Amino acid sequence: MSSAIIKPNGIGAAAPRKEDYRFITGNGHYTDDINRPGQAYASFVRSPHAHATIDAIDFTDALAAPGVLAVLTGKDVAADGLGGLICGWLVHSKDGSPMKTGAHPILALSHVRYVGDHVAVVIAETAAQAKDAAELVNVSYGELPSVTAVAEARNPAAPQVHPEAPRNTCFEWELGDKAATEAAFKTAARIISLDIANNRLIPNAMEPRAAIGEYDKGTGIYTLHTTSQNPHVARLVLSAFVGVAPENKLRVIAPDVGGGFGSKIFIYSEETVCVWASKKAGRPVKWVADRSESFVSDAHGRDHQTHAELALDANGKMLALRVKTIANLGAYLQLFSASVPTYLYATLLSGQYDLPAIYCEVDGVLTHTAPVDAYRGAGRPEATYVVERLVETAAREIGMDPAEFRRRNFIRKFPHQTPVIMAYDVGDYEASLNEACRLIDYANFPVRKREAEARGMRRGIGFSAYIEACGIAPSAAVGSLGAGVGLWESAEVRVNPTGSVEVLTGAHSHGQGHETTFAQLVSDRLGIPIENVEIVHGDTDKVQFGMGTYGSRSGAVGMSAIQLALDKIITKARKIAAHVLEAGEGDIVFEDGRFTVAGTDRGMAFAELALQAYMGHKFPTSEIEPGLKETSFYDPTNFTFPAGCHIAEVEIDPGTGTVRVVKFVAVDDFGNIINPMIVEGQVHGGVAQGIGQALLENAVYDPQTGQLLSGSFMDYCMPRADDLPSFDVGVTVTPAPSNPLGVKGCGEAGAIGSPPAIINAITDALGIRDIAMPVTPERAWRAANGL
Amino acid sequence: MTVVAMQVNGKQVSADVEPRTLLVHFIRENLQLTGTHVGCDTSQCGACVVHVDGKAVKSCTILAVQAAGAKVRTIEGLADGDRLHPLQAAFKEHHGLQCGFCTPGMIMTAADMLRRIPKPDETAIRHELEGNFCRCTGYHNIVKAIKAASEVM
Repeated sequence: MSSAIIKPNGIGAAAPRKEDYRFITGNGHYTDDINRPGQAYASFVRSPHAHATIDAIDFTDALAAPGVLAVLTGKDVAADGLGGLICGWLVHSKDGSPMKTGAHPILALSHVRYVGDHVAVVIAETAAQAKDAAELVNVSYGELPSVTAVAEARNPAAPQVHPEAPRNTCFEWELGDKAATEAAFKTAARIISLDIANNRLIPNAMEPRAAIGEYDKGTGIYTLHTTSQNPHVARLVLSAFVGVAPENKLRVIAPDVGGGFGSKIFIYSEETVCVWASKKAGRPVKWVADRSESFVSDAHGRDHQTHAELALDANGKMLALRVKTIANLGAYLQLFSASVPTYLYATLLSGQYDLPAIYCEVDGVLTHTAPVDAYRGAGRPEATYVVERLVETAAREIGMDPAEFRRRNFIRKFPHQTPVIMAYDVGDYEASLNEACRLIDYANFPVRKREAEARGMRRGIGFSAYIEACGIAPSAAVGSLGAGVGLWESAEVRVNPTGSVEVLTGAHSHGQGHETTFAQLVSDRLGIPIENVEIVHGDTDKVQFGMGTYGSRSGAVGMSAIQLALDKIITKARKIAAHVLEAGEGDIVFEDGRFTVAGTDRGMAFAELALQAYMGHKFPTSEIEPGLKETSFYDPTNFTFPAGCHIAEVEIDPGTGTVRVVKFVAVDDFGNIINPMIVEGQVHGGVAQGIGQALLENAVYDPQTGQLLSGSFMDYCMPRADDLPSFDVGVTVTPAPSNPLGVKGCGEAGAIGSPPAIINAITDALGIRDIAMPVTPERAWRAANGL
Repeated sequence: MTVVAMQVNGKQVSADVEPRTLLVHFIRENLQLTGTHVGCDTSQCGACVVHVDGKAVKSCTILAVQAAGAKVRTIEGLADGDRLHPLQAAFKEHHGLQCGFCTPGMIMTAADMLRRIPKPDETAIRHELEGNFCRCTGYHNIVKAIKAASEVM
């Protein structure tokens, strides 16, 4: 649906954000800003070892320390009969066997399996007292050898992470037609292969994770305030699997949340402990992560090793793709861990290309590192990196212009069934490629390159034509692939008697601006001012259920649910209007916030109708119930497929190895756009994270000790303002046919498309075949100088 | 414990605190001014930037006792009553924030920047922001907002 005329604050308008005022004035309510009466504080005792037995825990001194209320360990968890943390997606190996892994206890029992693993918790009157006392907990560890690198995990001599998973292999999974792919490779005129590492990243949302658990003895109700992207899923996991409280006795509130990027999807030990410990300590229990704790215990992202081969015919037409990936899963599986390197990865390996055959094998391995799970893009950046590095390399090796090579292989007919599950419904890949070429002035790149050379700089250009699957996801489809839940979304639209509206959504906003974009939809449809619309989210007592926000799903799925609930509101309102205006229902026209009788001047504003709906004086309440409130649970019919073209230009100083991104163009097809200002902002942020991955960020474990070497902002290089250029963002539009709004999703595209564009530009500048991410000055300097 | 007194957002305040109390914790916990945030423990992220005697300071990097007697301004004290500071207005107008967590520190840093460099160019703005992390915006619109504010101030 696209409005021909954009209404002020309606669909398509760059409406200013409703949520901004509280944030720019310091009046946000993040979890750490909330304090509950009588609140005590938790501090976790974490493993300093990557792998060890826990031989004894002596907390006598800690218990005697000032202000300490309790010290709890894995034995207390076990004594209370609590379950462990879960993975919500079951993947099967190619031999049909289910994935293998060990239990994930809330607090470690016999073993610790990564640096930062949770051993005990101290509850004290103040945060400082809890931290002081945690230092006094004396844990006797039996240190064991560890394995952290993906390439080492399956060595027969490698230390075992879980006895249940021999050779640290969680699954050996495959997708695609092996025989057809082998056959195509046999006919190939040219085979291009690359060994590709996708570096390990740490999400680092600026707000560290935090939780406050609270138990009301009178009612038996627990309340958890937490930094969650999906509070209802947290409640479901905590009640149905961990068993800390029945679902009806647990309220989860995710208030203002300071960024997530996937890292706040999972149900972690800390918030679980806060809920559980609040009853044991008889006090609300608050925990706020230090950044050092975030580094070791937030779920990490990426960490793949891949060998990929592309088969071409003599004309440069792609014939087949063969991919073998080993994915590091970390020590335990988190909520989406098994799906990220499988169904969210290999299903996108067709990219934007007409590839007749694809075969992909993914081995998921366990290591003594923090759990690896969804991080902005989740599987799709890894797929795009493989495809777009390989495509660019192929173009260079056959001597074809990389834009032309892509054009020659683009999918042009829709719908298009790829060999790896996905059925692309719509797209125009050449349109975004052409627009990106225009914006960056591709034709004149050689002039800029020569000019840079005259200054002693090496300039390169790199393309990335990405595709992703968003709008996650049709419930039956994900169910057939192993998901433990459906991935619909809910909405409830409540019209108040005065005509203002509350929308309760199961999506959660932690920077995406839902309070504005969702309100734009309501304002547009009902013809009421945006100020009269309130978006309510993040509280399981208010919103009945919802799946939360991740996978760029909240527009395509969450807003579609609102759209359908609004349809129901308008249908009912029309019936009421017909009675009040004494006309036939078929004669009622609803336009610009007014119900009128066609061809007359009789009519009423939406607010008048709302009041009539609640008074119930002028319509038969035996036929039409009073009130005006409707609910919808929307299940999408397909994924959406945002796609686009990113082009990077870099300059490298061969004397210092400094890589400067001098131009970055992103042209994306997100389908219809609700708020172009917010969409552009999402692209900027995603691209910055992608450039961070390509140039700066790297999570490094010491191979001998298993210590996280990049465990602070002093060691893990976050992108700063002066590492980045301003971005040139454009759009092309093919509306998504699978949802009523025609939207596709924009939250992850930047992080998906940008890394290969940067690396393709660097390898172009230096005239090299490959270089590992992140391209630090040292790596670039070595490559530039042939070292 | 030690009594520390200072002026915060024009109001005289004092509290009895542990000597090790950081200024940021004094502001957040004793004064309940929770607009100033803690985003790291190594003085890198800048979410905690406030003004101490007119200069931008990472309030996680000094003790409350070091600010005794000082004039401190936090994000809550930046607007003139209901009238937003030009930087606050510009951040809103140019979508210079998403999750909002880095925003108070970012705005306080920018206010100090514009005091010292009234008309910075893009390079200067980016350089001056080196002590503030934002994970959401890619800095693009933050830079734009600061530039826009500098033009009306």
